[in-house]
Amino acid sequence: MSLLIPDTGLLFWMTLSFLIVLGILTKFGFPIITKAVQKRSEYIADSMETARLAEEKIAALQKEGDAILAKAQEERNALLNEAQEIRNRMIAEARGAAEAEARAVAEKARADIEESKRKALSEIRGQVADLSVRIASKVVRERLADEGAQKHLIDRLLDDEINYPS
Amino acid sequence: MQIKNKIRSIALLFGALFLLLPARAAAEVNVKEIVFEHLGDSYMWHITEWNGHEVGIPLPIIVRSHEGGWHVFLSSRLEHGAEYQGFYIASEGNHAGKIVERNAAGEEVRPSIDISITKNVLALFISCTILLLVILPVARWYRDGRMTPPRGFRGAVEMLVMNIQDEVIKPCVGTQYQRFSPYLLTVFFFILINNVLGLVPFFPGGANITGNIAVTFLLALCTFIATNFNGTKEYWKETLWPEVPLWLKLPAPIMPVLEIFGIFTKPFALMIRLFANITAGHAVILGLICVIFITASMGAAINTGMTIVAVAFSIFMSFLELLVAFIQAYVFTLLSAVFIGMAVEKHTTES
Repeated sequence: MSLLIPDTGLLFWMTLSFLIVLGILTKFGFPIITKAVQKRSEYIADSMETARLAEEKIAALQKEGDAILAKAQEERNALLNEAQEIRNRMIAEARGAAEAEARAVAEKARADIEESKRKALSEIRGQVADLSVRIASKVVRERLADEGAQKHLIDRLLDDEINYPS
Repeated sequence: MQIKNKIRSIALLFGALFLLLPARAAAEVNVKEIVFEHLGDSYMWHITEWNGHEVGIPLPIIVRSHEGGWHVFLSSRLEHGAEYQGFYIASEGNHAGKIVERNAAGEEVRPSIDISITKNVLALFISCTILLLVILPVARWYRDGRMTPPRGFRGAVEMLVMNIQDEVIKPCVGTQYQRFSPYLLTVFFFILINNVLGLVPFFPGGANITGNIAVTFLLALCTFIATNFNGTKEYWKETLWPEVPLWLKLPAPIMPVLEIFGIFTKPFALMIRLFANITAGHAVILGLICVIFITASMGAAINTGMTIVAVAFSIFMSFLELLVAFIQAYVFTLLSAVFIGMAVEKHTTES
């Protein structure tokens, strides 16, 4: 069977061409493809890893941000509370002070009134005394020219004194 | 049921046909000649016949005669049994279809060296060129270090390359796969392209390259070299002094002899498997096509019926061969990888 006997000519050319093809593809063909694909899959794996890390970082940052926000909120609330307190206290203080002031003013007014009253009383007392003296002196000066007139005068003077106290 | 009946009737028809064959066909169509002419090699690339003239591509003949001296001329000089510079194509005998010359004693002998560019050689050059034109531009595309996956044809080539590398070469060869992956990938694509081109019925396809024993011999030889020239100590120890009961090794070295025999039978099986599969596929398709011409003389009805059957079957066979083209390339690569892996990988059976 000629089919089963390798032909030397074809074998020669086959050897030559196959080895050339093998050489070329080994140098410029398959290793470049496989290496590039390998590099690409490494790159993809790296990218995935980087993305995962970035995502983690973002999640951490978000958490941190949330914490900061919560803390700020808390601080704000505390500040607000404090301010409220201060306000209340100030109002209370102011009110106390105002009350005290008012009380002092009222006190002073009362004292003044008291003083004026005392002064007036003493003045009145002085004037009464004075009047008494004046009336007495008038009475004494008129003499008892007329008993009736004298009596009438005393009544009138007394009326004056009582109705229009000086 | 209907389909089954149809198949049965077709089979019966076929059986009847084959009963008729020897009586009628021999005179008109020599099937064996046609099939063997296609499966074998020739000095001219016959394409068709036109108005009684043969249309084909004349190919250069390169021979060295026994007297010494190279002769280079076109095969068209030898057409129709013509003789040129003392060379002619033998029509019968041991060298039928080959270039022969007459030696001093007047006997018909082959030239001392015949490296003519025959049909198969030219087809081989064409397929090698196609292989390079497919792989190299794809490889160049990666040179820029781009990181996006390729699309279209490049994507398909990359997918095939990476599939063979990851699914076949890596698991079979083991840790040293990178050393052997270019060879195995080349073998895979070389066989695949030649198989597929062999299925194309016209130029530049149609040659039966991977169904030629010289081609499969060289491929198997390469695997043989890759296997045994890279064998580890362990591999040779397993071969020459395998771990079997002592009486299998002494006094008669039964197992070592078997193992050494195995070194040669493994690549031999590779060679025969590829050759036989491709040759058989081509032979079946050719046989089916020949049925049309054989039945031409049996009347219009039989001829029409058989033509339909034969075309249907050859379409089926062509699809099958397309599958076989891939499978055989895959199997050759897979088994080569397994043999290389057995030789270069450290065995883990002991641990």
